[in-house]
Amino acid sequence: MPTDISITVTDRNGKTHTIEAPTDMALNLMEVVRMYELAPEGTIGICGGMAMCASCQCYVLSNHQLTKKTQDEDAMLSEALNVKPNSRLGCQIQMTQEMDGLNVELAPEE
Amino acid sequence: MSKMITTDILIIGAGPTGLFAVFEAGLLKLKCHLIDALPQPGGQCSEIYPKKPIYDIPAYPEILAGELTEKLLEQSKQFEPGFTLGERAETIEKQTDGTFIVTTNKGTQHQAPVVAIAGGLGSFEPRKPAIANIADYEDRGVAYMIKDPEIYRNKRVVIAGGGDSALDWSIFLSDVASKVTLIHRRTEFRGALDSVEKVQELKNKGKINLITPAEVTGLFGDNHIDAIEYKKTDDTPKRIETDAFIPLFGLSPKLGPIANWGLEIEKNAIKVNNALDYQTNIPGVFAIGDVNTYPGKLKLILCGFHEATLMCQAAYKIINPGKRYVLKYTTVSGIDGFDGSRKEAPKSVVKSIS
Repeated sequence: MPTDISITVTDRNGKTHTIEAPTDMALNLMEVVRMYELAPEGTIGICGGMAMCASCQCYVLSNHQLTKKTQDEDAMLSEALNVKPNSRLGCQIQMTQEMDGLNVELAPEE
Repeated sequence: MSKMITTDILIIGAGPTGLFAVFEAGLLKLKCHLIDALPQPGGQCSEIYPKKPIYDIPAYPEILAGELTEKLLEQSKQFEPGFTLGERAETIEKQTDGTFIVTTNKGTQHQAPVVAIAGGLGSFEPRKPAIANIADYEDRGVAYMIKDPEIYRNKRVVIAGGGDSALDWSIFLSDVASKVTLIHRRTEFRGALDSVEKVQELKNKGKINLITPAEVTGLFGDNHIDAIEYKKTDDTPKRIETDAFIPLFGLSPKLGPIANWGLEIEKNAIKVNNALDYQTNIPGVFAIGDVNTYPGKLKLILCGFHEATLMCQAAYKIINPGKRYVLKYTTVSGIDGFDGSRKEAPKSVVKSIS
């Protein structure tokens, strides 16, 4: 039986939110952030989740074992601004049981 | 001063919603002109994901975004839309006769009784690389998009970037410019396979000077760029002389000047009356497609098509006050283009069978 997981997101204003994310809706982190409106519409998830923009870039602060970056994500992050070693695209992080306790910070808007 | 462009419906944004509005307007004998900040029509479909499939366009189980743009252009062709491309709508002024004048950042003026904002996420602004003095060289050898490749004929050009546009323009300019240098942060490029292979081939032939992994770190020249400096990882910076520097790092959308037009904005979108006609708080100004918001709004292309259709009906009433209108089906009445063309259903034959 899939259950909700708890994740922590620090928004672009530095405010930290702990939110519940369902794991049975095939959601990714970018979509969860939009669902809770932690970043204004139009400033996140611009390409819709195709790893073709960096508007959902975030810094992963916890030690979760994330899925490997796809070539698309890797290439996008190589072109984005404000990239750090722990940068990931939120749209590429699926909400699964393993992500319980995930802690991320949204990267600044480009 | 340039000539005023006049039309019936001035559409801001040449994405799928704006392009379909041309067709629906044409059925009502209304002419359209479109303004778009990008150098080509299609909006996001052409700029961000032309080679990606879309699965929720009615009657198309699968269609590539670029192909959808082509089909929409073809569908509205006989209604002869005008285009102002590569320019961003900057200001709107209401005239005493009730019409609007919209002026672009390049000073082009457009006048129409109805304005339909189909701006999607806003106008696409180029992502600029973080080079300290880059702004000083804008329009002085530095360009973030290519509108007219001819200006680079027999010039030395440096392109930076690793996506489709960097690849495609390097290929194209290798036949136009006297020298093309392509600089990218990585050795891998992200683009269509044939473009990547073509660049490899041109590199092998010495027609493209490829420098990877490297980053452009400085720009030089008095009044106009004459050299750039690049740095490969763990190496000392080097200079190349050039007449142009074109960083192609993609585009990011910004609502931009439209945000200052006095429209009611909510969540980076324009509030409209969805019970009726998608008009904004300014009568005569409509917002359709992804740029608008109302309770239950879905940012889907197919919803934009519907909104465009209803907007055209309202525009018809504004432009033809008091005139009655009866909905006609294209299958019954055919389509009369503004170019004199006519499309119609073939007549059935009435003939007895003995």
